[in-house]
Amino acid sequence: MSLHTLTIHQLREKLRRGECSAREATQSLLDRIQGIDGKLKAYLWLNPEDALAQADAIDRSGVARDGKLLGGVPIAIKDLINVEGQPCACASKILKGHTSVYDAFVIQRLRDAGAVLLGRTNMDEFAMGSSTENSSWGITHNPWDLERIPGGSSGGSAAAVAGDEAFAALGSDTGGSIRQPAALCGCVGLKPSYGRVSRYGLVAFASSLDQIGPFTKTVADCALMMRVLAGHDRCDSTSVPQPVPDYTAALNKGVKGLRIGLPKEYFIDGMDREVEAAVRGAIQRLQSLGAEVVEISLPHTDYAVAVYYLIATAEASANLARFDGVRYGARVTGEDVIDMYGKTRGAGFGPEVKRRIILGTYALSAGYYDAYYLRAQKVRTLIRQDFEKAFQQCDVILTPTSPEVAFRIGEKADDPLKMYLSDIFTIGANLGGICGVSLPCGFTKSPRLPIGLQVLGKPLDEETILRVGHTYEQATEWHKERPTL
Amino acid sequence: MSENTSTFDISYVAHLARMHLTDAEKAKISAQLKDILTYVEKLNELDVSHVEPTAHATPLSNVFRKDEVRPSIDREKVLQNAPEQARDLFIVPKIVE
Repeated sequence: MSLHTLTIHQLREKLRRGECSAREATQSLLDRIQGIDGKLKAYLWLNPEDALAQADAIDRSGVARDGKLLGGVPIAIKDLINVEGQPCACASKILKGHTSVYDAFVIQRLRDAGAVLLGRTNMDEFAMGSSTENSSWGITHNPWDLERIPGGSSGGSAAAVAGDEAFAALGSDTGGSIRQPAALCGCVGLKPSYGRVSRYGLVAFASSLDQIGPFTKTVADCALMMRVLAGHDRCDSTSVPQPVPDYTAALNKGVKGLRIGLPKEYFIDGMDREVEAAVRGAIQRLQSLGAEVVEISLPHTDYAVAVYYLIATAEASANLARFDGVRYGARVTGEDVIDMYGKTRGAGFGPEVKRRIILGTYALSAGYYDAYYLRAQKVRTLIRQDFEKAFQQCDVILTPTSPEVAFRIGEKADDPLKMYLSDIFTIGANLGGICGVSLPCGFTKSPRLPIGLQVLGKPLDEETILRVGHTYEQATEWHKERPTL
Repeated sequence: MSENTSTFDISYVAHLARMHLTDAEKAKISAQLKDILTYVEKLNELDVSHVEPTAHATPLSNVFRKDEVRPSIDREKVLQNAPEQARDLFIVPKIVE
């Protein structure tokens, strides 16, 4: 019996019955990683002894058998969330060798729930990218076709879960960095509403947009992870104090009478025909399960990418100012302190990070602030209002997660604008602060690549998107398919 | 915005960002940013004169807490990742002559 193929729910059941130990679950993943990660390259760092020691401590304490939500379950962590004593480099040369000195809020939550913190997953440097090609430590490969990208920026987390190298993983989503790789690798990925999950201990990219969220094999596992991750934290001033519902309890309520909104602006020319067919099939399936479909309009959709790339880069240029060779990371000495900053940052950041820092600095600079940054914030208001109006007519919005399936490594590497446009369906949720989940809804014929369905919900209404996702998942078999590795 | 993009001075912006770029990087990033800045000009199609800006999407404002002493990270730990440190301090090049 190979434990690594189980879902969290299946593994928890075995652990509770004493049919396996946390050590065996952890060892099973380590063996799997040893066997296939040479092909996937999903992990940047692993410490088998430390992971097994954590598992042994859990086995001794008995938390795997009691009611703890993740007792004995190993989880992989994207390389930008601090885990005390483990490296945290955001896949960047500028943080090479950095060791975290504290736990992020979500890591405290995972430890409290009995999870084993397994290892660090690959990503685009500082979460800037849609393909994980911008990692300083090499490319992660899509488990369904090793010549293709896994999506990004949380590509390592998505590939690890889809390749059965982890039961679940954490990622972060600033413009689609959880949902798009989940879609392209064929697993479940959820971006919580802004403020639902604390970012304390997450290395910041764009602070008005960033959220931490889970990757899992099923929607029910996703709900379980959200029960652990969500909640108020006084260390993050954007964390909302609203109580956290029991996401698992809501899963089985079905979709009868639920209103599904289809934004006419999202079903556009140029979308991959197989993607569109799969998503339309999913909509019909939900209709047959009792949901009502209403056409809605999000009229400012066409402006979202432009707004996003001004706001996200402006915030990034400010957030990444802290990497200056003084308190952490690499330092390149210079003639004076200004020269040291310049040389350190010039040597430490990769091409995409440099490009975005330059764009963001320009958008905030004297004389251009009103024309770029302020205007983008005003159009952001229009985009947010589009969602508010739409959610008066419907309970959830259904879209493709990405207009296309996984593309070939290198295909878009030299055309940043083309790469940016692949985020078109996901960035609206970050700009509007709403929640969204991606789950498998089909495959292309040849090559066989996963297609993702995106379910968007009202702010703080993760319950409803999980319920829609779970209802669809129960009626289909897509989530049971696994790549051959 | 069109005039703005034509006067885009990458050396000046790189200096503002305190980030050295090679000549090859300057040429490449300038060319790519010209495309991106042309693309974002589409925001000028909209009349936003009566629209309030959105800085972030949470309904929260003025989040206060009690000013009370809480434990923080040990000084030794804070300094452990520094490129250069001594006597409980970060060491930087001389700033004032």
